[in-house]
Amino acid sequence: MSIVLPSLPAGKTDAFKAVAKFTAPVRRPVEPVGRYFLAHASRTLRGHTWSEFEKLEAEKNVKQIEEDQDDDLGDEEQSEELLAHDPREWKTADLYAVLGLSHLRYKATEDQIRRAHRKQVLKHHPDKKSASGGLEQDDFFKIIQKAFDVMMDPTKRQQYDSIDTASDPKPPAPKSKYDFFEAWGPVFESEARFHKKDPLPPLGGLDATKEEVDNFYSAWGKFDSWKTFEFKDEDVPDDTANRDHKRYIERKNISNRKKLKQEDNKRLIELIERAYSEDPRIKLFKEAAKKEKERKKWEKDAGSRKAAEEAAAKKAAEEEAAKKAAEEAASSKANSKKAKEAAKAAKKKYKRSIRGSVKDVDYFGEAAKADAIEADVDVLIERFDDVQLGEYAAKVKDADAGKVKATFTEAVSVLTSSGKLDTSLLKYFV
Amino acid sequence: MSAVIGITFGNTSSSIAVATQDGKVDVIANPDGDRAIPSALSYVGSDEYHGVQAEHQLIRNPKNTIINFRDFIGKPFEEVDADAKYQVGAPAIKTADGSVGYEITIDGNTKTLTVDEISKRHFKQLKLAAEDFIGKDIEGVVLTVPTNFNEQQREKLTQIANESGLKVLQLINEPSAALLAHLSAEEDRLLQDKIYVVADFGGIRSDAAVIAVRGGVLTILATAHEFGLGGDKLDDALAEYFAKEFEKKTKANPRTNARSLAKLKAESIVVKKTLSNVQTSTCSIESLAEGFDFHTSINRLRYELAARQPLSDMTAFVEKVVVKAGLETLDIDEVLLVGGASHTPKLASNIQFIFPETTTVVAPSLDPKAINPTELVARGAALQASLIESFDEEEIKESLQPIVVNTQHLVKPIGIKDAEGKFQAILVAETAYPIKRSIQVTNGESSSVIVELFEGKRTVKETVIEAEKDEDESDDDYSDDEPEVKREVVYEAGELLAELSLKDLKPNSKLEVTVNILQNGVLHLSGRELKQGSVAVRGEVTSA
Repeated sequence: MSIVLPSLPAGKTDAFKAVAKFTAPVRRPVEPVGRYFLAHASRTLRGHTWSEFEKLEAEKNVKQIEEDQDDDLGDEEQSEELLAHDPREWKTADLYAVLGLSHLRYKATEDQIRRAHRKQVLKHHPDKKSASGGLEQDDFFKIIQKAFDVMMDPTKRQQYDSIDTASDPKPPAPKSKYDFFEAWGPVFESEARFHKKDPLPPLGGLDATKEEVDNFYSAWGKFDSWKTFEFKDEDVPDDTANRDHKRYIERKNISNRKKLKQEDNKRLIELIERAYSEDPRIKLFKEAAKKEKERKKWEKDAGSRKAAEEAAAKKAAEEEAAKKAAEEAASSKANSKKAKEAAKAAKKKYKRSIRGSVKDVDYFGEAAKADAIEADVDVLIERFDDVQLGEYAAKVKDADAGKVKATFTEAVSVLTSSGKLDTSLLKYFV
Repeated sequence: MSAVIGITFGNTSSSIAVATQDGKVDVIANPDGDRAIPSALSYVGSDEYHGVQAEHQLIRNPKNTIINFRDFIGKPFEEVDADAKYQVGAPAIKTADGSVGYEITIDGNTKTLTVDEISKRHFKQLKLAAEDFIGKDIEGVVLTVPTNFNEQQREKLTQIANESGLKVLQLINEPSAALLAHLSAEEDRLLQDKIYVVADFGGIRSDAAVIAVRGGVLTILATAHEFGLGGDKLDDALAEYFAKEFEKKTKANPRTNARSLAKLKAESIVVKKTLSNVQTSTCSIESLAEGFDFHTSINRLRYELAARQPLSDMTAFVEKVVVKAGLETLDIDEVLLVGGASHTPKLASNIQFIFPETTTVVAPSLDPKAINPTELVARGAALQASLIESFDEEEIKESLQPIVVNTQHLVKPIGIKDAEGKFQAILVAETAYPIKRSIQVTNGESSSVIVELFEGKRTVKETVIEAEKDEDESDDDYSDDEPEVKREVVYEAGELLAELSLKDLKPNSKLEVTVNILQNGVLHLSGRELKQGSVAVRGEVTSA
């Protein structure tokens, strides 16, 4: 079969001997297609030798194999309780947990289910159990097979998924304090999977516009669930025994499904209503709407309000004016009284200074005639009006004798000329 | 599904294909449901028709229908044969810039459309079909071109595709793409060292290439092209046959009227396709000429007789390319038939006839599992696209440098001589460097052996097979035909290149002989015993 090499002729001892050169090669373009060309290119470009290249390729292969492993399935162990579950009651078991897929549940793909089933079968097969010395119990294995049957049939899986809501996120307890979006987001997300058609709009955040929020609630208001409740059916007996009984059970199942469906729809409606009533954004929108309404009203009433304002302003202005006038009157009254008193005091002061002025200059050196001078000054003072009084008082103040005398003389002449003074009354200044 | 596709843009029809995740290839159908999409555009009023719908317009509206324009891309008007007999539809004219164009009436206005513009519109239609199928935007495309497309045409085609929104990752030769698709179809047959003839019979031209596959690397040894030879010729032969029949029956000549001719041609195409699958077909054309209807039936034999000339031309064409490669039909391991005309059973059997029995001819009529020959090229392009999808532009460009692509190839096989003096090839001729190949041998009973490295010498061994004597009918004595001669290529040990000895071996131990030719052309020969701790004996041989 294999090639047999010729034996070494006697007399040849060389381990290796190059005899001739091989024919010169031809240069031709190779076709740049296929993966072996790419390998050729990388060898030529990177200068890898064959052994290096083989090493790299081998590494690549190893990586690929590792990636193929069932990392996505995890290592879920079934609880004791589940392992001891009665196979006749398999419908009450958690079928996803049976396959070790409780972390994926309705999200598990068909491929994942197949692989998970294989994994569980390898672990729980009755042959394996008995081989390892355990009892020949195939109870749990039966449940695994049932679960796999359900999961592989799209209709049955849908029916199971319809009632497999135990681990879905629950809405927050009513009247408790919670963050609306954190609490309700997962609830809506998980409920959304039961919707028949197009994806529902997301819940969004606090900054969502009114349109988005309205859209969200209206879409949920039109929610069309594919949930069916066949899985909760009571087992229909064979009709060999009692046909009437069978029909009775069937009817009962149908009405039960209907009831469950209605209940579920009601539950969902209540859920949405509750969310709507607790949505902080709805409150914000309501407040905003109220404010807007008020503002509108305010604008609408602008005309009459202006008139009222004007009237009020007018009234206020009038009142103000009246008040001001009264105040002014009062103050002016007080002022005139004060002025009068001041004028009186000033008169007295002037009279005193004028009277004193003659004494200050020693009666012009004629003390003997002091009485006559003083009498004349008094006469003059009486004849002076207020203005003259101030004028002359200023003139005689600190003045020397001559000047004082001249002042008085001038005053006499002024008064006489104005006809206020009769010179006969004077004794000195004549 | 990846967003890179392969597109074959032919004169007559185009195909699009995409590789799926599991390494299979889907050929994409356009909205009309065709996988071989006619490369035709037609304008009626303000409407544009594409594909089969445009092809149908050849009967009613030939002046505004453009077909067979691929070969005009990137060529000046003077260099193309625009008046060739096989050119139908709108006549090609010279545009302002000297390239080829068409004068088309759109919505009552006469407009000149360049070949570039037509191709762009065609590509856009293909892109649309592909995107509808994949559901994603197309990220890249591998285009196929005939081997005789020159640098300028390649550049122009790339530019046109880029402008129509298809990013060209690589242009590859049509025969290589077809072979790649054929060899990747089932198990990976790329690693079998064989020589193939890829014969592509299109609508209006035929191309053939001799390709050597060595260690998965493809090398084209020779190519041949023939314009005007193709499926069209078969249609014409059939149409001529029908025309004669019609004339005999009605005395009306359908060949005088362009519209009658077009009707006849369209029906002939349908009949030809039917006859590729079944033995008889009917042909019926209403109001073929002068108001006469035509109805007849035809069997496959009659068709083959009518189309004998083009069929034998095609066979001769395949023979020609083998000779061009400096080979004999004996050297060819497989013949791969590509293109629509390859469906014709007679063509496949004719080609099988000129090759020895050891040569496999791959065609749908001979091998029901063979891939549809019209889809092969597109499939290959899609495979290549998925292969280079992960590379960036730089890497692809780097890999296409002449230093990588232009490689040294062995002229003669290199091997060793076994105990019986027979030559055992390790590396076959036309193997590209660098390469490393090992074979396992044994030392038999002797304790020391010699490894003699030889260059192979090609000889043709002729064995006469005695015709089996049929005892009963020997008295008839009709067996006057020549005795059958079986010819096969046998390599004998030629020139001795090197000797290497392995000593002190136990009887029947396993040995390994490795030949490694490096980039620089130095051959390393090594022999060692296949056991732990054995020391290899090495030596070097250089090339002349």
